[in-house]
Amino acid sequence: MPGATLLGQAVLSGVFIGALYGLLGLGLSLTWGLLGQINLAHFALAFLGAYLTYHLSTVGGLDPLVTLVVIVPGFFGLGVAMQWLFTRFRVSPLNSLLVTFGFTVIVEAVIQSIWTADFRRLESGYASINLRVGPLFVPLPELLTLAIAIALSLLAWAALRYTDIGRAMRAAAEDAPIAVAFGVNERRLAYLLSGACAALAGAAGLCLALSQTLAPAQIYAWIGVIFAVVMMGGPGRALGPLVAGIVIGVTEAVTMAVTAPSWAPVVSFSLLILFLIARPAKA
Amino acid sequence: MRVIASLVGIAAALAVVPFLGLPAFYESFLYLVFHWIVLATSWNILSGYSGYVSFGHGAFFGAGVYTTATLAARYDMPFLWTLPVAGAIAAALAVFVGLVVFRVRRVRGELFALLTLAVTFVLATIILNTPLDGGPGVYLSAVPLPKLGPSASSMFYLLSLGLAFATVLIAYLVRRARLGRGLFAIHDDEDVAEVMGVPTYRFKLAAFALSCSLAGIAGGIHALFVSYVTVGETFSITVPLTVVLMSILGGTRHWAGPAIGATVITALMYAFTAGDYAIAGKALVGMVLILVILFMPQGLLGRWRGRKKHVAPVVDVAGAASVRSQIAERRLSTDATSERAGSSPLLQIERVCKAFEGVQALRNVNLDVRAGEVLGLLGPNGSGKSTLINVVSGHFRPDAGRIAFRGREIAGIPAHRIARAGIARTYQIPRPFRELTVRENVTLAAMFGGATLPRAAAEQEAGRWLEFARLDRKALALPDELNLHQRKFLELARALAFRPQLVLLDEVLSGLNPAEIDSAVELIRDIRTQGATIVLVEHVMRAVIALADRIVVLNHGEVIAAGAPAAVMGDPAVVTAYLGAPAHA
Repeated sequence: MPGATLLGQAVLSGVFIGALYGLLGLGLSLTWGLLGQINLAHFALAFLGAYLTYHLSTVGGLDPLVTLVVIVPGFFGLGVAMQWLFTRFRVSPLNSLLVTFGFTVIVEAVIQSIWTADFRRLESGYASINLRVGPLFVPLPELLTLAIAIALSLLAWAALRYTDIGRAMRAAAEDAPIAVAFGVNERRLAYLLSGACAALAGAAGLCLALSQTLAPAQIYAWIGVIFAVVMMGGPGRALGPLVAGIVIGVTEAVTMAVTAPSWAPVVSFSLLILFLIARPAKA
Repeated sequence: MRVIASLVGIAAALAVVPFLGLPAFYESFLYLVFHWIVLATSWNILSGYSGYVSFGHGAFFGAGVYTTATLAARYDMPFLWTLPVAGAIAAALAVFVGLVVFRVRRVRGELFALLTLAVTFVLATIILNTPLDGGPGVYLSAVPLPKLGPSASSMFYLLSLGLAFATVLIAYLVRRARLGRGLFAIHDDEDVAEVMGVPTYRFKLAAFALSCSLAGIAGGIHALFVSYVTVGETFSITVPLTVVLMSILGGTRHWAGPAIGATVITALMYAFTAGDYAIAGKALVGMVLILVILFMPQGLLGRWRGRKKHVAPVVDVAGAASVRSQIAERRLSTDATSERAGSSPLLQIERVCKAFEGVQALRNVNLDVRAGEVLGLLGPNGSGKSTLINVVSGHFRPDAGRIAFRGREIAGIPAHRIARAGIARTYQIPRPFRELTVRENVTLAAMFGGATLPRAAAEQEAGRWLEFARLDRKALALPDELNLHQRKFLELARALAFRPQLVLLDEVLSGLNPAEIDSAVELIRDIRTQGATIVLVEHVMRAVIALADRIVVLNHGEVIAAGAPAAVMGDPAVVTAYLGAPAHA
């Protein structure tokens, strides 16, 4: 057994990576649960966002956090455009998976042609700052990620729960024709939601750029675990991905510390399988 | 037969290629085409036909890869012998996963997709961390290859050609067999399929095992083809995604769809991702995918329903007359049987209870249905009538009590076995299989119901009942093209093609206009004369009075009255249940 400090450090890094899982899963979960789309392009957008952050801060000299000013509105527009496509062609959930997969492949090619297939790492001012809490190291980029993930998840949760727009969105997801009959403009809400989720992908991209090494092929590496997070959190529930992400992240990190790092995936997916089979019946 | 002959012809023509002395490049390229044809077509057997989309095809492919790699490299097993083992291991893995996943009733659609995806990662991790791989990958260049054809690449070519031929043939045969029919029914409405006598659990499991064993064999061949296998390459997400893509591009409802999709995409990838324009080629593949899905959501062969290829309805004027005379004959024979049956009840319901989250839907219900009678089941909305039908047909399991059909206990046994024992039902809101034609809907019932006829006989039977239900002109239409009246009659025709002994009719008359009700009442009379016992759940009082021999009234899940129609309708308790308690002065 590893010592208490090592274990504590593992739990902490698990929380941090879990926050990133949760942030990446948030937009995916909302489009899935509320719009009935399985949006693989979410991963592509997140990486596009990460590369843009990288580019704007290394070439343009902007602070990584400032890049959000450009990325968020831009991505919102992309999300709206995609939603237009889905509405125009009445894409079914399964087909949405394929369309967005096609989109992902295109984005991957674009990234590869601009930034090449090599690994890129953003060397920002934040990366060198390490806080110490007792015996534990707390890297600032990860701490930022955690803060952003918590803030955005809470924001999305509160928006869905307490605003009229959020309530209308949930009503439209439950039964669109009835919601429309009660005066909900379902289409406009879908545009708003799709745009917001794409913007969330942009924000997740910022966090990816801050703490991870980037390569175009990495887009696919995240799909499995993020889907596990979304499933466990329950599609359409704003706080679900963050909670599930942290659960999976911590389990993974502790497994890595106790056994070998390569055993990590088996834990998260076994957790998912057990959860899916044992969860309380929901009609 | 024509299809099989042309498949054999194509395979034979392709088998000549290695002996033409073409550059090895062609063999390798065509090998890849066949490889993807096997993977996509085998995936389609479960996922395309039944709608259970698996994202775990890579796992079963990978199981095959590593079975062959381990057996050939470590245990010096001859390469060809490892292939059946690879198929068997992949199938065993599928059965294991299926036993767990399919047993959970609510695991459907997307959940199945994600669970199979998870299996891929779990398997990859296990292989990576055990001596099966251990991390560095497995080299297979030292494995001796069997001599087949002029060179090593022709050996791979011929092997994969053979497997592709077998896989497409299997997909075609399954499509036409009972298994395929059942899977298509599951695709449209699994609950109804089960109630129609399709053993859904077993069929899904069989299709899953078949599909995965073919992927496993393809994996075994591919292991030696690449001669160096790694976990990262084998279990990558691109395998399942590509397979899904190819199948949907080609059309999942057609046996040849995935093969065509596989050919197109492999060619595209080869043409555009090799050479200087690799990145542009990748983007182009993505573009093609988007455009195809947007403009042809059903795939290249999607519109091909084979509708026009059906022969004209079997029933002619003479046939119509024969139905009537058969009914007359059966009336004679049933009179005899019902006399023999005497007073012994066909269906006995004793102290049956069913609660939903605290709401007691059925409370100690006792009820007998006698052979040959029409029993009217009445009660206000929410009184438990539909729940009773659902419990008898096996959709719900009763909490307590026993249900005996012809003396055999049926409470709690799977719905398809209840159906086969001879109980058919209709749904208040018609639930036809939406992607099957009217005739296919009825044929399915004849194939899986109490009669379990072979396909040709079932089609004949279907034709007869379509004529009986006055739907013969609509035989080749899809259910969505029917009006409510016709869809209700389709429900009836489907129930009758079962040749049931007991028919549970759940509000067949609701929503029909008076003229339609009259014709439906006539039809139900005919059903009775052809020998079936009927339980009629109904609100249309005049129809109940006209048809029922006995009436049972439910209220709040309890039987409050039973007996002859006139007596029951005068019962004060019944009047109270329907109209409320009389006001006291």
